[in-house]
Amino acid sequence: MGDHHHGPAKGLTRWLFTTNHKDIGTMYLWFSFAMFILGGSFAMIIRAELFQPGMQLVEPAFFNQMTTLHGLIMVFGAIMPSFVGLANWMIPMMIGAPDMALPRMNNWSFWILPPTFLLLASTLFMEGGAPAFGWTFYAPLSTTYAPPSVTFFIFSVHVLGISSIMGSINIIATVMNMRAPGMTYMKMPLFVWTWLITAFLLVAVMPVLAGAVTMMLMDVHFGTSFFSAAGGGDPVLFQHIFWFFGHPEVYIIILPAFGVVSQIIPTFSRKPLFGYDSMVYATASIAFLSFIVWAHHMYTVGMPVAGELFFMYATMLIAVPTGVKVFNWISTMWRGALTFETPMLFCLGFLVLFTIGGFTGLMLSIAPADFQYHDSYFVVAHFHYVMVAGAVFSMTAAVYYWLPKWCGRMYNESMGKTHFWISFIGFNLAFFPQHFVGLAGMPRRIPDYALQFADFNMMSSIGAFIYGASQILFLYNVIATIVSGKPTSDEKTWEGAEGLEWTIATPAPYHTFETPPAVR
Amino acid sequence: MLALSKNPVIDTVAKLVVVAVAMFAFVFVVMVPLYDVLCDALGINGKTSGEAYTAVQAGVDESREITIQFVATNNEGMPWDFKPSVTVMKVNPGASNDTVFLARNPLPQDMVAQAIPSVSPTRAAEYFHKTECFCFNQQPLAGETATEMPLQFIIDRDLPRDIRTITLSYTIFDITEMVGGAVAAR
Repeated sequence: MGDHHHGPAKGLTRWLFTTNHKDIGTMYLWFSFAMFILGGSFAMIIRAELFQPGMQLVEPAFFNQMTTLHGLIMVFGAIMPSFVGLANWMIPMMIGAPDMALPRMNNWSFWILPPTFLLLASTLFMEGGAPAFGWTFYAPLSTTYAPPSVTFFIFSVHVLGISSIMGSINIIATVMNMRAPGMTYMKMPLFVWTWLITAFLLVAVMPVLAGAVTMMLMDVHFGTSFFSAAGGGDPVLFQHIFWFFGHPEVYIIILPAFGVVSQIIPTFSRKPLFGYDSMVYATASIAFLSFIVWAHHMYTVGMPVAGELFFMYATMLIAVPTGVKVFNWISTMWRGALTFETPMLFCLGFLVLFTIGGFTGLMLSIAPADFQYHDSYFVVAHFHYVMVAGAVFSMTAAVYYWLPKWCGRMYNESMGKTHFWISFIGFNLAFFPQHFVGLAGMPRRIPDYALQFADFNMMSSIGAFIYGASQILFLYNVIATIVSGKPTSDEKTWEGAEGLEWTIATPAPYHTFETPPAVR
Repeated sequence: MLALSKNPVIDTVAKLVVVAVAMFAFVFVVMVPLYDVLCDALGINGKTSGEAYTAVQAGVDESREITIQFVATNNEGMPWDFKPSVTVMKVNPGASNDTVFLARNPLPQDMVAQAIPSVSPTRAAEYFHKTECFCFNQQPLAGETATEMPLQFIIDRDLPRDIRTITLSYTIFDITEMVGGAVAAR
């Protein structure tokens, strides 16, 4: 091993062969931002086409490819890897570990991702086009009627599933075995807790997704009939398997976001988190409930009434632990010495908008009402409130919050606040009107729509362009910080910040906690 | 707790790999069969029983008449002419009823078909008993010939009283390639 205190290697091989959790975290974060821009540009094509009714810019088939790739890339390429990157950077520093438990596997789980998404994006140039069956890839659209590129799609899903499983095994092994002495489970920062639970969800359901695409592969190429009624199978079975994966998946996306918010709000309230224990139990309850509510995505397939009622009540039950969390965050701020730096602004945006998304989720959980909302733009509005204003806002908050610790330079605060306000306004302009067009009957995933939806769609498109453009400002701010931001060497960037990551030097040295810190 | 390795990290990893592999297997060996069993047992999805029903002598409920509608659909690419001989029947619960579906293979080559039934409303599926059905078997048909395919059914006397109309739909699928072209001319 040689010298213990060596810095990073030089050149490209540093990144190719690195086993350093900070390097790998950085690569995950940059990769996910690249995917965010790619998936976002697909969204811009979608919104440009929907700017006016009638066929404007693209063919319907291409439009479908855009909605599909936008969803797949945002879920699997942008949001999930960004939180894995954050976990890589922060978990060892938060629990006082020198690195992740399995550094070489960590390198591998990152480096299989870029080729996978290159493969997925390359399907755009294949004969028959990219997958066009929506990110939920329901059979038989994704089997009998799929373009030939579906095989590449299946392979991509397999590989990114393997990457996710390796990443989460690594996180669990790290958290369970490498905590500093004295760091008991109930002393762990909440971000670590939410990621531990998320990682268990990933290990449990990514194999289910792999099973679903394996069955698709066999139906397409090997003459089986899992999802084909002709051979005794059933396309509805696909929906059950997909959502058995898919519902835990949405909590996989949002739980780390909860963790981030639970770190940032106490810092800028200058108070400890209210109800730490109940936060942990609420997270665990949400994770458990996520396994028994999947069929609320498919109320209209013709389930027996008893089934609809079970999934309806179980889904509504999730509002309880989620409400516990929201009230705990609010109670944390109660009588706190609040300041509103950029990370806090994004967390407050998260709190308000995620709650709206949660409420529309409650509306959707009501089985008889869902028959109206199903597959309408109301659903699109709902999940963008929880995915974008939930996961992406909290991720953005996390970057602003920890960026000074990562690179030893302070970002431009007024540019950050500008970014927040443009994002906030653009986001709401884009997605709030979609509730109305959805309730009025506009279906999702269509390139053209009835004339009465024209005004709201134009607003939506303008909002989406504003939100998209504000991310360029974010990119500029981050690069400007890294290149020429005002140097800072305060161990605590934020006076109210608590936790082991704020006890080490700024910028964070390449190796930290080679001797474990003492925890109280 | 059972330790799979002396190294605690390897132990954690080994256990998690077991969980991941088990969940992958779970999809195939539990979820798929369980779904089929549940659908059969509960009549979910409008699936009627795939096996002949043995009639129970319980008398006929003359007090009400149920309207049975028959629908025939061809799956994509299936060239047969396929239709019910009558589209609507009025039957009494408990009585045995007969009808036939007509099928003609317009192509010169021999083919095999499979009909898949579905009952609507789905709640009625478990009360729709078939004592004989062409859907129980694969249906081979020589080129350019026609056939009558029999269906015999009893509506259960326990059918909820609010159900007055039941639609029985068959979709016919071309399974010639699936059975390997081994068409038994019959």
